[in-house]
Amino acid sequence: MPRSKMTGAQAVLECLKREGVDVVFGLPGGVLLPLYDAIYQSDIRHILVRHEQGAAHMADGYARATGKVGVCIATSGPGATNLVTGIATAYMDSVPMVAITGQVNTFLIGKDAFQEADITGITLPITKHSYLLRSARDIPRVFREAFYIASTGRPGPVLIDLPRDVTVEEIEFSWPELHLPGYNPSLKAHELQVKRAAKALMEAERPVIYAGGGIKFADAHQELVKLAKTLNAPVTTTLMGVGTYPEDDPLSLGMLGMHGTKYANLAIQESDLILAVGARFDDRVTGKIASFAPRARIIHIDVDPAEIGKNVRVDIPVVADAKNALSALLGQIQPKPRSAWNAKIEGWKKDFPLKYIPDMNVIKPQFVIEKLCELAPEAVITTEVGQNQMWAAQFFVHKDPRKFISSGGLGTMGYGFPAAIGAKMGCPDSEVIDIAGDGSFLMNCQELATAVVNDIPVKVAILNNGCLGMVRQWQELFFERRYSATILGRTSPDFVKLAEAFGALGLRASKPSEVEPVIRAALASDRPTIMDFIVSPVEKVSPMVPAGATLSEILELEWCEESHAAHVHGIVGIPGSMEECL
Amino acid sequence: MKHTIAVIVENKSGVLTRIAGLFSRRAFNIDSLSVGATDNPDYSRMTITVEGGEDVLEQVIKQLSKLINVIRVSELQPAESVERELAVIKVAADRENRSEIMQIVNIFRASIIDVSARSMIIEVTGDVEKVDAIVQLLRQFGIKEMARTGKVSMVRGARVIKV
Ligand SMILES: Cc1ncc(C[n+]2csc(CCOP(=O)(O)OP(=O)(O)O)c2C)c(N)n1
Repeated sequence: MPRSKMTGAQAVLECLKREGVDVVFGLPGGVLLPLYDAIYQSDIRHILVRHEQGAAHMADGYARATGKVGVCIATSGPGATNLVTGIATAYMDSVPMVAITGQVNTFLIGKDAFQEADITGITLPITKHSYLLRSARDIPRVFREAFYIASTGRPGPVLIDLPRDVTVEEIEFSWPELHLPGYNPSLKAHELQVKRAAKALMEAERPVIYAGGGIKFADAHQELVKLAKTLNAPVTTTLMGVGTYPEDDPLSLGMLGMHGTKYANLAIQESDLILAVGARFDDRVTGKIASFAPRARIIHIDVDPAEIGKNVRVDIPVVADAKNALSALLGQIQPKPRSAWNAKIEGWKKDFPLKYIPDMNVIKPQFVIEKLCELAPEAVITTEVGQNQMWAAQFFVHKDPRKFISSGGLGTMGYGFPAAIGAKMGCPDSEVIDIAGDGSFLMNCQELATAVVNDIPVKVAILNNGCLGMVRQWQELFFERRYSATILGRTSPDFVKLAEAFGALGLRASKPSEVEPVIRAALASDRPTIMDFIVSPVEKVSPMVPAGATLSEILELEWCEESHAAHVHGIVGIPGSMEECL
Repeated sequence: MKHTIAVIVENKSGVLTRIAGLFSRRAFNIDSLSVGATDNPDYSRMTITVEGGEDVLEQVIKQLSKLINVIRVSELQPAESVERELAVIKVAADRENRSEIMQIVNIFRASIIDVSARSMIIEVTGDVEKVDAIVQLLRQFGIKEMARTGKVSMVRGARVIKV
């Protein structure tokens, strides 16, 4: 292999190029000056963010939208600690990411030097792996390993801490072979287990497929669709799995769990066989674990052996990549006809559809989502966290696995907007819309500058309910309407003016009739755009399985709280009018 | 229930932190942990005793196996393995009770590795129960200081746990 002399910083850029990186998100600082000097002279695109948390979420959004590894860069000390929430978010949702942090000179490590933080220590429990470089000679090996580890098996974030002196040290660059004796992701399904799973599926009378984010990472959605159709088995997805099965298909049950559909939850509880694929039986999904799917045997396919048996007992474990396991299963099953089970589920779907009370005067947040779906059905949707996230999952008809991007495991407010910027960088030809709450959006709204300066025309739909809606909902239901610290009301800025101050386009809809024109104007715009929808402040996400309850104890909220909702009609319409009514 | 596992890890800085961090984050209880070299300088071997049911043990093994620097994790069945721990114990000893202590030391095939006018250091090797037993007996004389290594274990017979 030809060798050439270069600095550590140049070697980092060379590694990124060899790994196929075309864009990185970051913000410089003292110890990163040599690296940024190399970036200046490189053709890799660097997006300057306005807060490092934004850089991590952008890398994450880019990774989720493209399937490639996202890269973010931050300086030592506060820059690195600002990445922490973004790294934790990526870790919880198994997102392939490489985070590069600057570090003080190796001879200063441990001396509490200026802007020193033990970032490998801080991120130990929220990274798949991490490295503290001590010599530039290790750069090629470490970067090669980092990208490999981040993107294979169960993906996850890998952090590389890069001391300043390492970036100026000169080395002969050579690209090493991978040698990771302790890392062998098990990808191929065990034949016997596949046979057992296939047999169980063929025998089952009331099967349910429960699909998670693992389908996305393995690119296994086509196999999933084939399997479901061959077996005539209904499919429900987790929040991470939203979009892996087309929701306009008759076999789709939508999402399950706390804010899943009633029919998905009933189906799980009555099922005699659950096929879990790339999902991890999270408490938001299972409800009370002891009474979860009491009549069902469980087949669990997961690439991470540690997920199997972690939360529920599993009858047939299959450790494998979802694509491999589903393909193997497809070879072992025969078509099954529609059954009484399919008819029963269709009955539930008719009896318990997702619903809300439409309103002529007040914008219902669900109505905004339905309109977005109607006018931009192919858009990549990112979400913030809270009610906005749940409505985005429920009322947009998701059909594509890489077009619903949401912080599921960590539930990070402030995620959606930078993630949208990252997704747009990865998919410049797609419309990218962040569905936001007025609380969450402010957590990373500084990235408006990033979007405007770099001409990244993402769209934000703020469901402006004047409160930290999801928490307010719990207070209404479980704390006798004592709205402690959840009413934002007048304290939020004017989002239209905020957009304009950054040089973005700001639009507002205060009445239902304005919703469609605002969305059309936003979609027609080639600039970053904020749509401020003044929505009903008292709307609740429904249905709902209260925390710790069994899935079948699901409540349909809108219908019992009608009078309370009616009470506030007419007083809403301008931002900040909530205090009076709540 | 106590379980003994042998863990072969890469001999790199930070590996111990990763393992300790994993145990605290996943709320696993470590009873004892010992680390030392193997015949290959690239790898170290840890013997970890964990407390918990079969489900905990399964998670411990699977989670440890996920760490990139962990090469192998095996459970050691007590019936099929030998285990040893070493302890050095400084006991208060004077002319009066020195011979009584020496008798105990003999019974346990332990040895005396330091003597002074008012103390003795006793070295004992054996399984954990044996070490516990001598400690119990020496307590009556007054234990001034004690250091135990934590146990190391190995499978009997030809089977090996190697890289
Ligand atoms: C960083 C962070 N802080 C706090 C929370 C707790 N939390 C969950 S939902 C929520 C309310 C979100 O309010 P908003 O963004 O306005 O969305 P809404 O629920 O009103 O749609 C809060 C505070 C969180 N998930 N993330």
